[in-house]
Amino acid sequence: MSTMEKAQVKIGLEVHCQLTNLKTKLFCGCPSDYRGKEPNTTVCPICLGIPGTLPRPNQKAVEDAIMVAEALSSQISEETVFYRKNYYYPDMSKNFQISQYDGGGGVPIAASGTISVEENGTKITVRIRRLQLEEDPARLVHLGAIDTSPYTLVDYNRAGIALLEIVTEPDLTSPKEARLLLQKLRSILEHLGVSDGSLEGAMRCDANISLAGGARTEIKNISSFKEVERALNFEIMRQRSLLARGLKTGQETRHWDETRRTTITLRTKEEEQDYRYFPEPDLTPIRIPAETIESIRRRMPELPDARKDRFVKQYGLPPSSASVLTSEKALADFFEKCTHLYSNARQICNWVTTDLLRCLHGQSIEIGESKITPANLVEMLKMIDEGVISGKIGKKILHEMVKTGSSPRDIARRHGLVRISEHEVLDKLIESVFREFPNAVRDAQTDEKAVHYLVGQLMKKTEGRADPQLANKLIRERLRSHAQQVD
Amino acid sequence: MTELYELTASEIARLIASGKATAEECVDSVIERIHAVERKVHAYITLDEEGARQKARQIDQRIKEKKPVGRLAGIVVAIKDNMCVQGTRTTCSSHMLENFIPPYDATVVERIKRADGIVIGKTNMDEFAMGTSTENSHFGPTYNPWDLTRVPGGSSGGSAAAVACGEAILALGSDTGGSVRCPASFCSIVGLKPTYGLVSRYGLIAYANSLEQIGPLAKTVEDCATLLTVIAGHDERDCTTANLGVKDYKSHLKKPILKVRVGVVKELFGEGTHEGVTKTVMRGVDTLEDITYGCEEISLPSLEYSLPAYYLIAMSEASSNLARYDGLRYGYRAPDESLEWDDTYSKTRKRGFGAEVRRRVILGSFALSAGYYDRYYVKALQVRTLVRRDFERAFSRFDVLVGPTMPLPPFKVGEKIKDPLELYMCDVDTVPVNLAGLPAISTPCGFFEGLPIGMQIIGRPFAEELILRVANAFEKSSRLEATSPPLR
Amino acid sequence: MPEPHEKRTRRITINEVEHAAVLAKIELAEDEKTQLTEQLDRMLDYFHKIDQIHLTDVPPTHHVIELVNVFRDDSPQRTLPRKKALSNASKVEGNFFKAPRIV
Repeated sequence: MSTMEKAQVKIGLEVHCQLTNLKTKLFCGCPSDYRGKEPNTTVCPICLGIPGTLPRPNQKAVEDAIMVAEALSSQISEETVFYRKNYYYPDMSKNFQISQYDGGGGVPIAASGTISVEENGTKITVRIRRLQLEEDPARLVHLGAIDTSPYTLVDYNRAGIALLEIVTEPDLTSPKEARLLLQKLRSILEHLGVSDGSLEGAMRCDANISLAGGARTEIKNISSFKEVERALNFEIMRQRSLLARGLKTGQETRHWDETRRTTITLRTKEEEQDYRYFPEPDLTPIRIPAETIESIRRRMPELPDARKDRFVKQYGLPPSSASVLTSEKALADFFEKCTHLYSNARQICNWVTTDLLRCLHGQSIEIGESKITPANLVEMLKMIDEGVISGKIGKKILHEMVKTGSSPRDIARRHGLVRISEHEVLDKLIESVFREFPNAVRDAQTDEKAVHYLVGQLMKKTEGRADPQLANKLIRERLRSHAQQVD
Repeated sequence: MTELYELTASEIARLIASGKATAEECVDSVIERIHAVERKVHAYITLDEEGARQKARQIDQRIKEKKPVGRLAGIVVAIKDNMCVQGTRTTCSSHMLENFIPPYDATVVERIKRADGIVIGKTNMDEFAMGTSTENSHFGPTYNPWDLTRVPGGSSGGSAAAVACGEAILALGSDTGGSVRCPASFCSIVGLKPTYGLVSRYGLIAYANSLEQIGPLAKTVEDCATLLTVIAGHDERDCTTANLGVKDYKSHLKKPILKVRVGVVKELFGEGTHEGVTKTVMRGVDTLEDITYGCEEISLPSLEYSLPAYYLIAMSEASSNLARYDGLRYGYRAPDESLEWDDTYSKTRKRGFGAEVRRRVILGSFALSAGYYDRYYVKALQVRTLVRRDFERAFSRFDVLVGPTMPLPPFKVGEKIKDPLELYMCDVDTVPVNLAGLPAISTPCGFFEGLPIGMQIIGRPFAEELILRVANAFEKSSRLEATSPPLR
Repeated sequence: MPEPHEKRTRRITINEVEHAAVLAKIELAEDEKTQLTEQLDRMLDYFHKIDQIHLTDVPPTHHVIELVNVFRDDSPQRTLPRKKALSNASKVEGNFFKAPRIV
């Protein structure tokens, strides 16, 4: 996109982050690890909305929210209150959600923050409008597609899980920036230890976009960061084509269809969505004194930006690589664990930020899902240092380690990938190469290119396992003795 | 000969402690009484006679073995049907919850059981506690034991009627706008609404959660104090309960009240107050004049606006508290499944709720809706502030405030039910107390043409002890204690 | 209290009642709309009494008890066995609550 085109795009995000590291839900003591559990087993009268029950707020959830607000340089409210957001839906156990509100005198837990995103060395600062705590609704299961299923099945295991809603101002100017922002946010939350973004459904987001000062379109049902970029790219195209035809875009909500890669209008019952917010009478206000914020600030873990700076200083890494490493906490952790076992941090960094990442992306997995361990990577680097394998072989082994978690020595042994540096073995192979390519042998006496060709053929024969320096040396020696013989 | 069911909880406790009566005998007496009069009074929705007898036998066994028993041992307690009793149908007198069986006990029920109280059944009420006469029940009205053609008051009419005619020794009601005090007044018994936050609401099926409290109903002030002691106190399951430590409300009951200054609230005798009420309550004030420091009139002008403020807040909160009734997790569900979810919900709620509930939920939704929230709900909350301030001001001069509980004597069944607004007007003397969150007790004050009239004594926050003392002294002086309706 | 036939401002229209009923998810029969509007209108008119009182600079009271920061520890409590959780539902499918379809 050209700079001018970019300037016309305004994107804002509304991200819902589960505070997955809490042990319990937001308003009841049900365990929060609901994934993979039998339906309706991590429930209690409170999260089921059984008549007569009352909510009890999780203190750690509030502390986590304050910590995130601090990390995002937000203004934390001195006093904040929970509100009821009233609406009916089969995933709502009380047909109201206990949430927060920034209208009608209501104040969310924090507001006016910032988050910075780096794209090709340029830093963009995005403003955060507000942060608020709210409860997750239940999970709906359909028979087939949502609009053709004859009934809906409801599982309340997820109902009541603590969510932190983070809303940005429309400061983003491209879909790619949006994706980077989400990655940065995830990295921050993981570094703070409040959320594990790799868990399915742990970070969900709605996007809103407007073009050339036009009406705002909200896009819902985006399931992953990649899909955010896709959905927004699609929407820009769709709106541009409308504008080109002289048509206007109206303010509306659209649903992203991942399979068909398109956005569709949701049947707008917008005029009926009056949430009738009012303060939750069953909960007390939350007062956050300066001392509380201070104590939380003091025990805050290292944030990605600080970690990046430290990587540059401590390990002498180039800033761009340090950026890549700290963009994913698990990746940065992996890197640092390696440095405890191997002193050449730059070496580790190179391998992690290029070949390892490429390998992971190729398999569409995150480092947490792969089987490779820091010990394994380090062992492989040592094998290269020792000359047991070449760098090229190392890449192959890396691939295998990611998949199986086996040690590099085991892999090398199993596949016979150890570097050949025994002279007798090489001599025999050189003999057969010379036999197969007599013209090259003749040309090699005068033409450097032919020498390289012969070395190449030897490498090919050994599937890259020959020590290239030794191969070179031995071939030249043989060529010299050949020349002498001829002479 | 006095039957066991006619005795007070204190008297029964003494008999059981001295071995002169068994718990089972006490329960049997109440059960017999229920068999005799229940078809006339219709106080109960659900009865568990066998369970009650079993519990009584267990208690007697423990007494025999010289094991300790709780302070409510052998006492039959009736629970209003909007408080959850585990495993027992809890209906809120609504078709919507006709077959709802809670999987847990309300905190107050837990405490009563722990004190060895015998929960015999669930009493009739106005549907979802919305009413002043117990005529809004899906299961038919309850009748006043003093005059079966009249209402017992509401919404805790079943509980009050049961206590009044011996179908229970003690009972629990809930008071959102007067629903414990009103039926206490109409049935000539004692009913207390605690300070907001004194008694846990966990397990109370919500109508208006910033206004309501569970309160005891009993024949005497002393019994009321006993039950309050059992149910009161901080509960971690209810974030709006105060953390004040355990209190025994009986211990200072008989302390003298000669230094107590009494304010007589002018607005509680406002326009529309029945002359019989004024006469009777003023006689009560005369009695108080003799036993206290003295009575003086005081005006709380904002009280005139408390009824509309109350209803706006209550209906708004109710519209949200009752949103959960959609038939999906519990309760009545409209059977037609070819419909989409919101049509099913709408049909379920239309058929599951009675007319008064539907009116309040719809009006409450309107009062909270965009464009009206400030005009109605917020304004009502501002009136609430003024009402609280007026009370605070009054309590700088007086220790308790008094007036009638109800502006009229018990009216005939069917007389006011056709005009909802007229019925709302009956709450005029009780709602200010809920708005301010103060404690108040209604104690029998006399009869007008044979109909019970109650006097209301209002106290500062958490001054239950004082209002009980004043009520107790008044009860002794006026010799109205434990009069029973002539019901056979 | 104003007489039913007295001329006064309409506080709620039949459309607003219909809309409120949609917000409240309560179906209204055609023949009940007029009467209901009439009743609600009278009630609201009476409630408008609060317009007569001076409310400038008066803060609203949301909570009558002055408590703040009442929290719970992040420690797991007992859950409800699934059978009990589903026991009051009139429609169940396997281990799920069964809701009507969503369009």
